[in-house]
Amino acid sequence: MEAYFDNSASTRVLDGVRDIVVKTMTEDYGNAAAKHRKGVEAERYIREARAVIADTLKVQEKEILFTSGGSESNNMALIGTALANPRLGKHIISTAIEHPSVYNPLAYLESLGYEITFLQVDENGHIRLEELQAAIRPDTVLVSVMYVNNEIGAVEPIEEISRIVREANPKTIFHVDAIQAYGKFRIRPKKQGIDLLSVSGHKIHAPKGVGFLYIRDGVKVKPLFYGGGQQDGMRSGTENVPGTAGLGVAAREMYEHFDEHVRRITELKDYMTDRLGELTDVKINSKKGAESAPQIVSVSFGGVRSEVLLHALEDKGIYVSSGSACSSHHPGVSGSLKGIGLPPKYLDGTIRISFGVFNTKEEVDYCIDTLKELLPVLRRYKRG
Amino acid sequence: MVYQSFLIKYAEIGTKGKNRYLFEDALIKQMKNALKKVEGRFTASKEAGRIYLQAESEYDYDEVIDALKRVFGIAWICPMLQIEEKDFENLKKVVVDYIGEVYPDKHFTFKVDSRRADKNYPVHSEDMNRQLGEVILDAYPETSVDVHNPDVLLKVEVRKVVNIYSQMIPGPGGMPVGTNGKAMLLLSGGIDSPVAGYMIAKRGVKIDAVYFHAPPYTSDRAKQKVIDLAKLVARYSGPIPLHIVNFTDIQLYIYDQCPHEELTIIMRRYMMKIAEEISKKTGCLALITGESIGQVASQTVQSLAATNEVCTMPVFRPLIGFDKQEIVDISEKIGTFETSIQPYEDCCTIFVAKHPVIKPNLNMIRRSEMNLAEKIDEMVQTAIETAEVVWCD
Repeated sequence: MEAYFDNSASTRVLDGVRDIVVKTMTEDYGNAAAKHRKGVEAERYIREARAVIADTLKVQEKEILFTSGGSESNNMALIGTALANPRLGKHIISTAIEHPSVYNPLAYLESLGYEITFLQVDENGHIRLEELQAAIRPDTVLVSVMYVNNEIGAVEPIEEISRIVREANPKTIFHVDAIQAYGKFRIRPKKQGIDLLSVSGHKIHAPKGVGFLYIRDGVKVKPLFYGGGQQDGMRSGTENVPGTAGLGVAAREMYEHFDEHVRRITELKDYMTDRLGELTDVKINSKKGAESAPQIVSVSFGGVRSEVLLHALEDKGIYVSSGSACSSHHPGVSGSLKGIGLPPKYLDGTIRISFGVFNTKEEVDYCIDTLKELLPVLRRYKRG
Repeated sequence: MVYQSFLIKYAEIGTKGKNRYLFEDALIKQMKNALKKVEGRFTASKEAGRIYLQAESEYDYDEVIDALKRVFGIAWICPMLQIEEKDFENLKKVVVDYIGEVYPDKHFTFKVDSRRADKNYPVHSEDMNRQLGEVILDAYPETSVDVHNPDVLLKVEVRKVVNIYSQMIPGPGGMPVGTNGKAMLLLSGGIDSPVAGYMIAKRGVKIDAVYFHAPPYTSDRAKQKVIDLAKLVARYSGPIPLHIVNFTDIQLYIYDQCPHEELTIIMRRYMMKIAEEISKKTGCLALITGESIGQVASQTVQSLAATNEVCTMPVFRPLIGFDKQEIVDISEKIGTFETSIQPYEDCCTIFVAKHPVIKPNLNMIRRSEMNLAEKIDEMVQTAIETAEVVWCD
């Protein structure tokens, strides 16, 4: 049996996504900027995707900018916005549990003379609102907070954050990294007071290499790429028709059957969480039900190294990640797990199980049975 | 200047007496092998105690020099102008043009060193030296002659054709791979073992390699890293068959049956045994390790003696007296360092004790190993039989 539980790292594309990608690669493969019929056909896919996505957020079509994915969206939202608004100030607020694609652009801005404040989180992974309020200054140009934490699934109180930011400094621009949230939450940028929102395609069963940034009309952002002036000059480069068309299909699927999808993966998450309780010396770091992201279970095992457990599971056809896939290449321990004050004995033994539309209850049972078999053996052999 | 010919000079091969042809043939074979991956067609030939390389099509000069610099046995690579028209007046013109093109800055001293293998050639070598020197001085007044210590030594050789060359690019030295048997390299994924393999290959030894894989404790990426390292060494040694041995069961069995402090030593003894068994099957005559005295607990003199004791084949340890930095320097030079430092765990450290023995007592080790008697031979056999071979080229 194979059980792919690493959907927060990447997902298998939906069949409908695959079909439209193939079609735009083999039949409607024109350059969307070309003047002839093939170009017009190609452009239609992009218009369609833009319309679908704008509708999922209830925003205007012109407020959607297609990018190469989550990292580019975050880079543009931070660097592009900071550079376009020098008069608003050079202070930026973010959190201690951001993804490297937020953290590293901020480090770059710091090298340009920006001052960055990182907010700590409580044991649930939530920022403390009073700390946020105290941190906002007249020269705060940006506040950037992730919607859903990619390691433990904590959901930040976006609306309250936005309200506090507005009240303390109405000029401050509010960016939300929604890469783990889009498709799992009904996001309403207008209602929630979000100025910029980053989304990645391959976390919602679309291909890798495509994503978008929502930019509220009126927010000034500088492009990162210069060239042929595509997308109103905001992002030069031949448009990625197959990727964008695939993203449109995936977004439509996620939101057309939103309640059903979310109910299914929440059930899987809760079932997995309950069954993990049958094992000894485990600590579940994610919350059940609607208190955290529906797709993420973070679980720590005492006396086992996550890396070894990951490979032992892999051997049985079960795929999970240790911490977050993006930071697990690097030695050292995850910021989010430290941030929530996880005891040291668990830090080294944490895996993330993340669900997508293809997962089943049988796979959860298989995973638990396998863990019951593996854990006693793995705990017997250790270093030191 | 686009060179169509290269003169390849070798060092030690020249001293090999009647076996010399074997070494020359091996060198030609290795050159051809190295040039297989290079764009263009080439022929290599022996002629009167020399090796020539001819380009038969367009090629990229830097790529060719780069490839030749990895062929052991080559002492010098001399890009050469070869002309068939031997007329001396024409030769003067060619030499002047050659200097003009190869040395844009004419502020140098030179000496012409002519040879006349073709004794029927009308101009004697001393006259050639003088007259060619004069035309160069006339054409480029900034140059001057220095017969004792010239910046540029221009060689002009009149044979069936005329060879003109003045540049000598250092090769890697050593002996052509294939002239000194075959040995088994224990490749771990660290910095040292690829360097050890490189050094032994440099002495003309063909290389096989063995890697001990311990899933799930070591990952597929660690395995890929070792394959990548073997490929990097293969750029010098020629293709390496890499034997990947699954070592997990043996390791856990030792963990269960023997004192934890002795785990690393006992484990290494079994690695040597397995490497030796595979060597016998594949025709390797020695083992190669990257050990260096005192580098870690398992490389103290006592530990080395304890691991060495299980081997009947010679164990080559070319790095034995090297400091870490010296090893790192070579690994950077041969291009394995970047890959070696990727942070994937190898099987030597996964169960390492807090305080492993550093002065193992052989009697105690042997006594501990008696606890393994029941299953170990069978496990070793299984490990050898199930080893996967990856061809690294």
